[in-house]
Amino acid sequence: MGLTNERIRERLVEKFGESATGFSEPFGMLTFEVPKEMNLKLLQFLYDDPELKFRFLTDLQAVHYPDNKGRELAVVYHLHNLTDNVRIRFKIFTDIENPDVFTATRLYECANWMERETYDFFGVNFVGHPNLKRILNVEEMDYFPMRKEYPMEDQTRIDKDDEMFGRGGTI
Amino acid sequence: MARPVRFNISPKPRDNEGHISLVDAPPEGFSGEGFFTTKLSEVVGLARKNSMWPLPFATSCCGIEFMATMGAHYDFGRFGAERMGFSPRQCDMLMVMGTIAKKMGPVLRQVYIQMSEPRWVIAVGACASSGGIFDSYSVLQGIDQIIPVDVYVPGCPPRPEAILDGVMAVQDLVGKESIRRRNSERYQQLMLSYGIQ
Amino acid sequence: MTEEILQQDLKHIKLPDGSIEKTTTTLNLGPTHPATHGVFQNILEVDGERIVSSEATVGYIHRAFEKIAERRPLYQVTPLTDRLNYCSAPINNMGWHMTCEKLLQIETPKRVDYLRVIIMELARTADHIICNSVIGVDSGALSVFLYVMQYRELIYEIYEEICGSRLTTNIGRIGGFERNFNATAWQKLEKFLNEFPKALKEFENLLQRNRIFMDRTIGAGPISAERALNYGFTGPNLRACGVDYDLRVHTPYCSYQDFDFKIPVGTTGDVYDRWLVRNQEMWESLEIIWQAYQKIQEFKGQEAEVYHANVPEYYLPPKQDVYTKMEALIWHFKIIMGETDIPAGEVWHSVEGANGELGFYLISDGGRSPYRLHFRRPCFIYYQAFPELVKDSMLADAVIVLSSLNLIAGEMDA
Repeated sequence: MGLTNERIRERLVEKFGESATGFSEPFGMLTFEVPKEMNLKLLQFLYDDPELKFRFLTDLQAVHYPDNKGRELAVVYHLHNLTDNVRIRFKIFTDIENPDVFTATRLYECANWMERETYDFFGVNFVGHPNLKRILNVEEMDYFPMRKEYPMEDQTRIDKDDEMFGRGGTI
Repeated sequence: MARPVRFNISPKPRDNEGHISLVDAPPEGFSGEGFFTTKLSEVVGLARKNSMWPLPFATSCCGIEFMATMGAHYDFGRFGAERMGFSPRQCDMLMVMGTIAKKMGPVLRQVYIQMSEPRWVIAVGACASSGGIFDSYSVLQGIDQIIPVDVYVPGCPPRPEAILDGVMAVQDLVGKESIRRRNSERYQQLMLSYGIQ
Repeated sequence: MTEEILQQDLKHIKLPDGSIEKTTTTLNLGPTHPATHGVFQNILEVDGERIVSSEATVGYIHRAFEKIAERRPLYQVTPLTDRLNYCSAPINNMGWHMTCEKLLQIETPKRVDYLRVIIMELARTADHIICNSVIGVDSGALSVFLYVMQYRELIYEIYEEICGSRLTTNIGRIGGFERNFNATAWQKLEKFLNEFPKALKEFENLLQRNRIFMDRTIGAGPISAERALNYGFTGPNLRACGVDYDLRVHTPYCSYQDFDFKIPVGTTGDVYDRWLVRNQEMWESLEIIWQAYQKIQEFKGQEAEVYHANVPEYYLPPKQDVYTKMEALIWHFKIIMGETDIPAGEVWHSVEGANGELGFYLISDGGRSPYRLHFRRPCFIYYQAFPELVKDSMLADAVIVLSSLNLIAGEMDA
C-alpha cells in the first residue's frame, strides 16, 4: 500500500498534536507548518521513525513575506523518503527581529552550506551552526540581499542608464 | 539623457578594409638582392602576433565555448596559441571569458598586474564586456571597470568564429604596435587612471 | 648565545601567530587554476604531500539568479536557467518548463515528451563527455579530450537546427518546442548516433583498462553510501557509491517510464567508479535516444506534426503568425512581457540533471513573476563533502577528485 499523505499526517498529529498545523497538499506534496522551536524534534522524529524514514534532506531555503508581521521569514525544508518515494515539505516561521532557528547540521551534513546560503540571503541566524559566515556574497556585505526591500541592481553603478532600461529616473 | 560612460569612449576602428589579412604577407620594407629592411617594430610585431600565449581566464559559459574553440574543429592552435599558460608571468594575452563577480574582481586585477608588459586583454562575451544579462548587485558590469581592455567580443556566448575574430583583431593590434608604446606618456596615463603602477 | 640572536632577529619580523610551530603548509588551490574547472577556491593545509584539511570558498561567480528571477515573467527566466549547468543547458530548460507546466497544469502530448527525452539525453551525453575527458586531462591524458570534443560539435549542430543556439540554448517552450524537428535535424541525429559509439569505444579503450589511469584513480576520494546520502549527494556521484537513485526511474517525468534502460551503479564511490558510472551512462543515453527515435517514427499523419501542447495562453505563437497577424503579435507580447498572470501556488519539481537532482521550487502569488524561485543545485550541495573526500590523500588526488565531482561553477553559485 505504501506510505500515503494521510498516514504521514496521522502520525504527525499523533506525535505533535496541535503543533503541526496548516496541512495542505499543493500538487501532491504534503505541506505543513510547525513552530520554530520544534524543527529539530520534527527532523529527528522523521529520521528515526521506522515507518516514516525521511532520511534525505533535499532542500533548505527561506522565503521573505514582508507583510506577515511577526512571521516574516519562512524557512522551508524539503525531505525525501527514498525507499517509499514520498516527499514532504514543512515550514517554520520566524520573526525578522529575532530570526534564530536551530541548525540541522548535526543531523544532516548537507544542511551546512544550505543554512549558510539562507543566512547570506535572508539573515536567518542558525543557532549552533559551526561556521555561519556569508558564502556566496562578498564577506564585507552588510545587508541581506534577497529580502524584498532591497533592489536587484547595484545602486552604485554609473554606466547603466535606467531610462534606457525602462526603469525611470536618471542613472 | 546623460550617460557618463567612463570607459571605451573613443574606440579605434578596425583597420582591415574588409579583407582578410594574410599571415605570410611580408611587412612593408625595402628589399634588394639578398636583403630586406623594415622597421624593427614590424618584425617584432610579426613575431609576437603569431605566437601569442593566452591565459584563459575562463569563469563560466564562455569558457566552454573557448574549449570548443581550442578543440580540433575550430583549432585555436593555428594562431600560434597552442600553449595555454595558466601562470600570468608567462603569458601575454589575458582572455577573460565569463561573468566576473565583484568577489572575483580583485583576483582578476591581481592576475593582470602580475602579467609582464607587453600584455593585451580580450573581454570575451557579454558578461565580461558589460555585465551581460546579469544587471545585479553582485556582478561587475564589465571588466573595463578594473582593467584596461583591448578587444571586446560580444555574444552570449560568442561563437568560436567570433572568438577567433577577436583574436585576429588583437593580432592586428600587436602587429602594428610601436615599440615605444608601453613607455609612452599616454599609456602611463591610462595605467594611472586604473590605479595600476 | 644563538637563542639571543634568534630572539633579536625575530623582533623585526612580524610572523602570524603560531606559524613557527605550524607543521603544515597552507596552499591555495586558487580561484584561477587550471585544475579547478570553474572558479572556486580551496585553501588546503598540506603536510608534505598529504592533505590534512581543506576549506572551500565559493561565490566567485555569484550572479544572483534567484533575485533576478523575481523580476522576470516565466519565459524570461529560461535564459537564466540555461546558465546554471551550462554544459547541459537543455536539461535545465526542460526542467524549468516542466515546473511551469506543473504549476499551470498543462499536460504535454507523447510526441513532445519523446522529443524532450532526445534533447535531454543528448545534453547528458555532452556533459559526461566533458567530465570524463577532463578527468583524463587532469591525470595527464590530454589527447582523449580532443578525440571526444569533436562529438560535442555534432551535438551543438543538432541544437542549432532546433533552437538556433549552440551552448546556452533557451530551447523549448512551456508545452513543447518552438518548431518541429526538421529533416536536417534528424539527419544530424542519425549521423551522431552512427559515429559517436565508435569514438566512445575508442575513448573507453584508451582509459578504462589503462594501468596508469587505474592506478591514479582507484582509491582516490572514496565515500561510503551513508555519508554520501547524509551529504545530499545525488546523480552519478551517488550512484558510484552504490545507491541506485535515479529520478528518471524513481519518479518518472516526461514519459521516461516508456523507455528501457539500466542504471549503472558503482561500489566504492571513488574516482574510478564515478568515471565508470558516467561512461556507462553515456552508453545508456545512446540507447534511450535510439529508442526515442524509433518511437517518434511510429507517429504517422497528423500526430507526426505535434510539437507542442495546445495552450495558447502560455505557448508563444509561431513566428510566421507573429510577424503577419495582429492577434498573434498581441499574444506574443503579452506572454513574454508577463501581462498574463501566473496562477498562485507553490510547486516543487526536480529533474535528473547531468550531475544530480536539479530541483526547482517556485512560489507564485498570482503576479506576473515568481514570488520566490529557488534552484536546488546539486553541485552546491555535494561540494561540501570535498574536505572529507580528500582528507589524508595526496595533493594530486585532490585535483582528480575535484574534476571527477563534475563541479560547474555557474551552477554552484547561481
